[in-house]
Amino acid sequence: MDLFLETFFSWQIISEAWPILWQGLQATLMLSVLVVPLGVAGGIILATLSTVRNPWVKWPLRAWVDTFRALPPLVLLVFIFAGLPFIGLDVGAWGAVAIGFFLNTGAYYGEILRAGIESVPRGQIEAARSTGLTRGQTMAHVVLPQAVRNVLPDLISNTLEVVKLTSIASVVALPELLFQARQAQSVTYNATPIMAAAVAYFILLWPLVRLLSRLENRQLAGRR
Amino acid sequence: MTGSGRAPIVEARAIHKHFGHLHVLKGVDLAVAEKELVFLIGPSGSGKSTLLRCLNRLEDPSSGSVVVDGIDMLDPRTDINKARQRIGMVFQSFNLYPHMTALGNVALALRKVQGMGRAEAEAKARAALDRVHLADRADHYPLQLSGGQQQRVAIARAIALEPRVMLFDEPTSALDPELVGGVLAVMRELREDGMTMVVVSHEMGFAKAAADRVVFMSDGAIIEEGIPSEIFTNPSHERTRAFISQIERH
Repeated sequence: MDLFLETFFSWQIISEAWPILWQGLQATLMLSVLVVPLGVAGGIILATLSTVRNPWVKWPLRAWVDTFRALPPLVLLVFIFAGLPFIGLDVGAWGAVAIGFFLNTGAYYGEILRAGIESVPRGQIEAARSTGLTRGQTMAHVVLPQAVRNVLPDLISNTLEVVKLTSIASVVALPELLFQARQAQSVTYNATPIMAAAVAYFILLWPLVRLLSRLENRQLAGRR
Repeated sequence: MTGSGRAPIVEARAIHKHFGHLHVLKGVDLAVAEKELVFLIGPSGSGKSTLLRCLNRLEDPSSGSVVVDGIDMLDPRTDINKARQRIGMVFQSFNLYPHMTALGNVALALRKVQGMGRAEAEAKARAALDRVHLADRADHYPLQLSGGQQQRVAIARAIALEPRVMLFDEPTSALDPELVGGVLAVMRELREDGMTMVVVSHEMGFAKAAADRVVFMSDGAIIEEGIPSEIFTNPSHERTRAFISQIERH
């Protein structure tokens, strides 16, 4: 038992590894703050385009979304980071992460928002257009606010996944939380830093998880 | 043909509309004079709602012409969003924005389309809500209002833009019977204020009391038209007679 505690929950190790872990936590927070809005923005663009019926928009869009949902995000990230320099574009680690998440996460947010947009009754759009609102204004002021509300649990759920997925930034040597924890682990020969990282993730995400389950309960109640 | 010989403010000519293989409007002509109230009646599927929706181009006619207040609605150079401000529309299912208050519903187009500041738009929206006797409900959300109140807010949303013509697409069909009166009363006041109105509805009592002209449609064509007393009591066409006797039984 002592060995178990010593290996997984050593206070001494935590206090030694803390500066490294803290750096990692900061990087993970920064990554999340960068990547989630980028993904949402990409999603809004894709979902808005999905309302266009023109086949010259529709089919390329379909191919785009399918590609970036099917491609493993890790592969995509390596591809951008290691591949783009060959065509003369060196975007750096942060740039690669930003582009990769914009593509991958945007495709997921886009599909969620598309479902939300389709859940808004057609009469809403007709009413808005009949008062002279443009297509874009109708989208921004009438359709999207209702669409987001209708799929809020799915958006939050996806956001949880995205925050956890930021750990793949370690493959392009970005010192995010899990990367730093593994560094600390390999230096200390002790698993405590990994456990500390897990606790940090939990503290970071638990409020969102609670919010999600409250929203889901409310939606179930509303459906009755 | 118009009811009074005044120059028409709405003039639709030879309107055809196809939905795939379905030919729902087969060359319809409709002219509405300023301050006229025209009732469109007919069996379901006769094309009356489609005709109404062609007037503000919620539907694009397959062929024909629509001129409203001197604007060629089908000309690709026409700014349709600008033109639509002159044509208010009220829908069967109200279509209020559920995430906005009554005031927000009415003020949205004032702000975004007519470019008013918040204070100005809200003052104007309150005045419009006052005209439909709902000034005290300005801060209620649609779900907190009865169907009749929702429809009156929808009317306020349309008239706040000061349209030249109002289109009503079965405005009372989704309402419980006891709520119909309030909506019709508002429509009658609009009429008394001189609003030009085209109404798709089966409210015969209202048509008899307020309409200048009743147009009977069937199978995508206008069968006959005339003043209400003539159409309701002495229709010249067999199909009109059958339809009138059918709805009067209800």
